Amino acid sequence: MQKAKNLSEYNKELQQALENTFLRGAMDKFATAYPVGRANAFREYDIAQLIEEVAKVKDAGLGRLDELYAEFKAKAEANGVHVHLAKTGDEANEIIARIARDNKCRKIVKSKSMTAEETLLNHRLEKDNLEVTETDLGEWIIQLRKEGPSHMVMPAIHLSRYQVAELFSQVTQQDQSTDIQRLVKVARRELRQKYAEADMGISGCNFAIAETGTIGIVTNEGNGRLTTTLPRVHVALTGIDKLCATLEDALKVLRVLPKNATGQAITSYVTWISGANECQTAPGSKKEMHIVFLDNGRSEMAKDPLFAQVLRCVRCGACANVCPVYRMVGGHQMGHIYIGAIGLILTYFFHGKDKAKNLVQNCINCEACKHICAAGIDLPRLIKEIHARILDKEGHPLPSLLLAKLMKNRKLFHSFLRTAKLAQRPLTGGTQYIRHLPQIFAKDHGFKALPAIAAKPFRDRFESLKPRVSAPKYRIALFSGCVQDFVYPEQLEAAMKVLGAHDVDVDFPMEQSCCGLPLQMMGEKKACIDVAKQNIEAMSGNYDYIVTLCASCASHLSHNYPFLLGENDTAAKAFSDKVIPFSAFMTDVLGVTADKFKQTQERATMHAPCHLCRGMGVVEQPRKLLALGGYEYAQADLEQVCCGFGGTYSAKFPGVSEQILKHKLNDAGRTGAEVLVTECPGCIMQLRGGAEKNKSGFAVRHIAEVLSDHLK
Amino acid sequence: MGPAPEVLEKFKKKAEIVSAIVSEVDSLTQAIAYTVDLCAQKEACQLLMSGCEESLSDKGKDLCELKQWGKIIAAPGLNEADMAELVKQAASREISVIKDGLRNHLAGIDIGFTVADYGIGETGSLVLDSSSEELRIATMVSEIHVAVIPKSRIRATAEDMYAELKGYMTQKPNYLAFVTGASRTADIERVLALGVHGPLELHILILEDK
Repeated sequence: MQKAKNLSEYNKELQQALENTFLRGAMDKFATAYPVGRANAFREYDIAQLIEEVAKVKDAGLGRLDELYAEFKAKAEANGVHVHLAKTGDEANEIIARIARDNKCRKIVKSKSMTAEETLLNHRLEKDNLEVTETDLGEWIIQLRKEGPSHMVMPAIHLSRYQVAELFSQVTQQDQSTDIQRLVKVARRELRQKYAEADMGISGCNFAIAETGTIGIVTNEGNGRLTTTLPRVHVALTGIDKLCATLEDALKVLRVLPKNATGQAITSYVTWISGANECQTAPGSKKEMHIVFLDNGRSEMAKDPLFAQVLRCVRCGACANVCPVYRMVGGHQMGHIYIGAIGLILTYFFHGKDKAKNLVQNCINCEACKHICAAGIDLPRLIKEIHARILDKEGHPLPSLLLAKLMKNRKLFHSFLRTAKLAQRPLTGGTQYIRHLPQIFAKDHGFKALPAIAAKPFRDRFESLKPRVSAPKYRIALFSGCVQDFVYPEQLEAAMKVLGAHDVDVDFPMEQSCCGLPLQMMGEKKACIDVAKQNIEAMSGNYDYIVTLCASCASHLSHNYPFLLGENDTAAKAFSDKVIPFSAFMTDVLGVTADKFKQTQERATMHAPCHLCRGMGVVEQPRKLLALGGYEYAQADLEQVCCGFGGTYSAKFPGVSEQILKHKLNDAGRTGAEVLVTECPGCIMQLRGGAEKNKSGFAVRHIAEVLSDHLK
Repeated sequence: MGPAPEVLEKFKKKAEIVSAIVSEVDSLTQAIAYTVDLCAQKEACQLLMSGCEESLSDKGKDLCELKQWGKIIAAPGLNEADMAELVKQAASREISVIKDGLRNHLAGIDIGFTVADYGIGETGSLVLDSSSEELRIATMVSEIHVAVIPKSRIRATAEDMYAELKGYMTQKPNYLAFVTGASRTADIERVLALGVHGPLELHILILEDK
């Protein structure tokens, strides 16, 4: 639940979470175990194809929700079921409270329903003095603790066996051991009695199949079956987005959901209920069955060209499982009721901008969620879009406005950077790092040494460095991005040497500016569009490729420009099609060979930048390039997990950024490598600064630099 | 016509991965013998495993007292001839057999014995038409669920029995279950625990029915 009023309060809550050692340990174990289990479950399948099919059937359903609802209602009613449609959460709660009243129910057992969490159903029912018992073990635990879930599938993942034992001791008035197997048995017994007494069962619903009026419920514990069997009244609560046309559609989702959620081929129980079934304790031995469909803004969302995809979500929770921020702070800080990347988005739509305004800033934009999503939802983009919408409504903060203004004007921006260079002089002590931080930054940002701005930016040195190639194989434009231009010009210099040695003619169009990603991260969409236009114009010369050494620039230029300027903008499309990351250009286009490089077999490990491995789909190329360049490549654990930089993210959430970095450096350190290689200056800023502070004992370098070192 | 050998193999493998105990039998009489043996070998108070020995609240305990402390096999879906065979075999081991009145046994029974309708090779799942309330309860409150699956009813995927599944769903009404392994949870510290609400064990007997 979100209570923080502003970013500073939110940061305090994050800090508390970071200091919760049990939570950190549990999250770490989960973060390393989950990818293995998932890969195992999908081993025999083409994951991309399965996900595409889920997206397709969900999209098809979302385009005709009204029709599907009408069909479902007709079929289910013909089979003795009462079907309701609630516009809002409150309306759904009232309907269910009325059903309880009309049927003189006193005691309710509930199986898991995120939709009921969304409407805060239990609170409403308890107002009528109804006894409501959650029967999913995790849900029961958090209900007893009066908490919300910290994960959509594993709601009590933030709690230890000791906390559960203490809780169960209170509930049973007996001392309980901390043995998990025994605690589970205590829950089995205590809850069995609740089922026996209950006169109403409330369940969620994973599928509502229109053609047969069937609901499908996916559970592991079997509580869904008992909840829908023993009490004389059954109410299923579901979002209208769970409607699908056929069983075939449902089976497609079912093939992905459990594998993506927990690495299970299928859950222990999948229950398909068509109509009001036999129930011996009900009048006429027939169950009183109701299905309540909840809209709560969903039908509007389904019509939104960008946000309709949110409703594809099958609630597997995977976007949290792979989120580096979630790993550090847990679910209570990564959502209001819905958790993880999808939770940040749903919080805005279901619970309003006040609950969402801090949350949506806590996305590091690493795209891990987008690439794990069971339904192919572009989660990071939607989160940024919501951030921009909130700023447009609430007013943009001053630093963000200033940055937007500054960056729109390249000359102003670049002279600002040149001036900053002079201002930092007393802070660097003549090294390449800023040794003393100005007081304003000092407290939270001390976890990494910050680089100093270079004495002379790359743009001022380009002419003297430009390789003279007589018979060029390719003519390329180098896109530097601001970090390399002004902080790490030596990385571009190294690239020029390597490119020159391979007969590539390099140009550096001087009118290029920042790619605009920092603006997008801050929610400054308009300025972001202006900058994009300037860069497309600047790079419009006759080039075979636009090569960049910055993964974040590459991904932003190739994917976000066409999005920002509209899919019909041909200049943007032509521009983005030419963009290629350095390592992909070297291997895929130039086809470099080992004989150009000294083969020392120095041990090197890698950090795969988010925007390279996921953003550009470039995974094997840098590994291959490293080997061709004469290094022994040692793969680090979780090589593709974010380094914690995220541009402006690390300034906004320094505590989280620091902890993500720590994990990264430890993983790299364990390989025993002498050098940690990566392909993004942002990552280098983070990693090198951290390695310097932590005395990690390895160098951090750009792949262009290590290649240039080995040029024969 | 039975399933292709690789489908059968996969069915077994996938079921065993989720801790189901899979065997093959030649006849239903043999399946009944297996079940009665299993029940006889259970500790007299196997129910203890399901929680009654734990420190419970007074109300939780009450339900344990309700349990008749003899062994019970429930077989709600069995035809008359098979039922007679089961009763005969069970009687010799002092085990009672019931086919209805399961609501009087919510505290638990020893074994729920069923014949499944289909098997799904892809996931090692059983498909059980559970429209009978007695059958639904028997397969949930039993400590051990023994399910017989005729070999010819095992198919590669759910899509391979699409018409049959849809057939169930168009009945008025119908309650259909895919059952894969025993009831499980990992809600406390992500540690796997079997039998949180339903059976602690699932035994699958593949019946040769050429």
